[in-house]
Amino acid sequence: MSQRQVLQVFEQYQKARTQFVQTVADLATRPQNIETLQNAGVMSLLRPLLLDAVPTVQQTAALALGRLANYNDDLADAIVKADILPQLVYSLAEQNRFYKKAAAFVLRAVAKHSAELAQAVVDCGALDALVVSVEEFDPGVKEAAAWALGYIARHNAQLAQAVVDAGAVPLLVLCIQEPEIALKRIAASTLSDIAKHSPELAQTVVDTGAIAHLAQMTLNPDAKLKRQVFSALGQISKHSVDLAEMVVEAEIFPAVLSSLKDPDEYVKKNVTTMMREITKHTPELSQMIVNAGGVAAVIDYLGDSRGNVRLPGIMMLGYIAAHSENLAMAVIVSKGVPQLAICMAEESEDHIKAATAWAFGQIGQHTPEHARAVAAANVLPKLLNLYLDTQSSEDLQVKAKKALKNILQKCTYLPALEPLLYEAPSNILKHVICQFSKVLPHDSKARRLFVTSGGLKKVQEIKAEPGSALQEHINAINNCYPEEIVRYYSPGYSEVLLERVDNYQPS
Amino acid sequence: MAALLQLYTQINVIKEEYYTQNRIAEENRQREHDAAVKIQSWFRGCQVRAYLSHIHRQATVIQKTCRGFAARQHFRERLKTAYFLMKIHFYNKMAVKIQQRWRGYFVRTYVHNFYARKRYLDELAKKNGQIRRELEELAEQQRKERERTAMEKEEKEKYTQAQRLHFLLSTKQCPGVFNSPFRQEPDEMELRLRRVKPVRTQSAPKEPWHLNQQPLSLQYNKDKLPPIHKTPQGPFRPAVEVQQQRYRPLEPSLRVATSITALEEAREELRRQEWRTRLIDQPFVPFSKAQRNRRYESLLHTASPYQQEEYGKKHFREEDQDQLKGKQPFKTVFTSCQVFEKYGRLYSNAGKIV
Repeated sequence: MSQRQVLQVFEQYQKARTQFVQTVADLATRPQNIETLQNAGVMSLLRPLLLDAVPTVQQTAALALGRLANYNDDLADAIVKADILPQLVYSLAEQNRFYKKAAAFVLRAVAKHSAELAQAVVDCGALDALVVSVEEFDPGVKEAAAWALGYIARHNAQLAQAVVDAGAVPLLVLCIQEPEIALKRIAASTLSDIAKHSPELAQTVVDTGAIAHLAQMTLNPDAKLKRQVFSALGQISKHSVDLAEMVVEAEIFPAVLSSLKDPDEYVKKNVTTMMREITKHTPELSQMIVNAGGVAAVIDYLGDSRGNVRLPGIMMLGYIAAHSENLAMAVIVSKGVPQLAICMAEESEDHIKAATAWAFGQIGQHTPEHARAVAAANVLPKLLNLYLDTQSSEDLQVKAKKALKNILQKCTYLPALEPLLYEAPSNILKHVICQFSKVLPHDSKARRLFVTSGGLKKVQEIKAEPGSALQEHINAINNCYPEEIVRYYSPGYSEVLLERVDNYQPS
Repeated sequence: MAALLQLYTQINVIKEEYYTQNRIAEENRQREHDAAVKIQSWFRGCQVRAYLSHIHRQATVIQKTCRGFAARQHFRERLKTAYFLMKIHFYNKMAVKIQQRWRGYFVRTYVHNFYARKRYLDELAKKNGQIRRELEELAEQQRKERERTAMEKEEKEKYTQAQRLHFLLSTKQCPGVFNSPFRQEPDEMELRLRRVKPVRTQSAPKEPWHLNQQPLSLQYNKDKLPPIHKTPQGPFRPAVEVQQQRYRPLEPSLRVATSITALEEAREELRRQEWRTRLIDQPFVPFSKAQRNRRYESLLHTASPYQQEEYGKKHFREEDQDQLKGKQPFKTVFTSCQVFEKYGRLYSNAGKIV
């Protein structure tokens, strides 16, 4: 019948559209096809298919668009320019859950590339629609919407504020309590992205009671979830003392120390980052972490890990030691100094070495006991080498010099100071000589050792302007010894003696 | 008188004697004078010396007593100062003891307690050791757990694979793929195939069961009693659960739990409460009298002392006839919407009559 034939034409067309859209979606999963697709003008073809009457075609078209936008930011830009976003936002409110998932995927793929694209997504009014989707019943839709919100909030503080103003945070906290692990992960990651920009945003996140739930989830066995949870707690606690105290009051210590033995590398890194952000603020917080045994756990972690992930651990030890000499002694007692020395020797990246040098400076700067502990680990020559190495970056040199100066001003452990006499440049040397001049007048054994090891000879060879502090210290050292010895070791003494032999007339 | 006569006879002798004696005395005068002077001086000297020594002795005695007195006084003073110094010394020592204790206490509480610090560092070292041990154990435990689950998973996979490949088991006649005759001993998979239990599927019964009908007593083995039930009894629930279900307390729904006269009871209760708590017998009805006798006040627009105004009674709109001249009256009827022309008429053949 003609009617059937007419309808058959329509059915063929629908089949063709469905097949086209599904194939494009499949091809878009492979990066090498995307260039070809773009050149073939796939955008202009997919756009009308979004408004198709058949839901499957709509959904698959949205999915294909999302995959294309995911690939690079030119395509995402093309999507924004082609005015597809308002349509997607409208349908996000109306359509069924598969379409909502696909639409949220497209929004996320567009917003992830840069702040301008995310701003374009926000300007289309996507935030309200996404927040409504987060309240949906289906966990897949919630996940996609929360992920999109996370990518929007990631870029800068205004976008994060816009997300918060849309009322997303209480809904995200509700999402965290859902049983699905993927949803929990995404919600935790979004909260982390919101809280990281400013203290007000972090306070907003905390006010909805997120900390209690995040603290509960630290005991979850899933590794990726723990990554996000610790990242979120770290971002919250980094802004101010009150926030850090609230995180600590959730009684996560000492339970999170067990996560330091997790096989996943990033979980461990995020735990140490969180601990670093907490200890940064006040001595009391650092004391609490030290009393819970956190220092030992972090030092073991430094021993087990390699590479960039060591950085937060090293900085945490530096922050703890910086607060007071008690805490610095606690770091020393926990065998932190040998471990840091190993880190300094093993790592090749300049910023990690700079952090280690800074940490040593913080540990050794308090009292002679501390400086002795640092010097006994044979750290001072290494610091000197870092300072003198022409290939070190400027940051590393500055930090090494400062650390060396701080330690030397308190160091009275002479065996460690001796090697520095020979190699140090003059601005370091004056501190070394100053220390010698303080210790030698009181210790006879040290004086003997100083002479026998050739230190006195070296001191005589140093040229200093008369009246400078260096000269005063050298004089102080020379006053510790009888004049003959000083003259014996002064340079050119053998020539003086030979001259006297020449001039001597036997009677 | 005899003496006198004697004397007169001897006057010339006496005169001569007198002159000789005077001459002798005169000759010896100087010598005697010197001797007398010497004797006198010596005697005077002795006298003076005796006197001097006397007064020396006396002065000594005086000085002695005086010195003794002064010295005793002085000694008393010295004794007093010595005693005072002794006391001061003692007090100083005691004060030092007190200051020692106080300084020690003060420094330990407010400045720095060395022993507390030492103890703290020792405790810290112990705590660190404990934490390290615990973390090691935990890591070990987790590693073992992971290994165990991995192994179990592997085992399970291999088991399911063996189940699926059960047909590759070697027979006496034909060695299977995994039991090559060139190998010394069969492969691990072959051993698994031997051990595996086939997957239980419901196979169709070979012959309809009602054909195999013998009397029940002959169908079963003579040793075993026939089963009580014809149909197989399923897995039984644990007795505790059954007991709990049997004796579960009634949890009536809200509708069942409310009594049938709940509404009347509630009303009664409200009435009783109101009767209990009402203090004033006259109920307060606001402005009831005020409304009843209120005189109607007419609108200013419509009230006029001279005549009844049209505005407000006949029409409510001001109309300016001059302005309205020449204007078309306002259309109150729209053109109809095309959509609804065919409403209800295209849906069925019967309604096609337009």
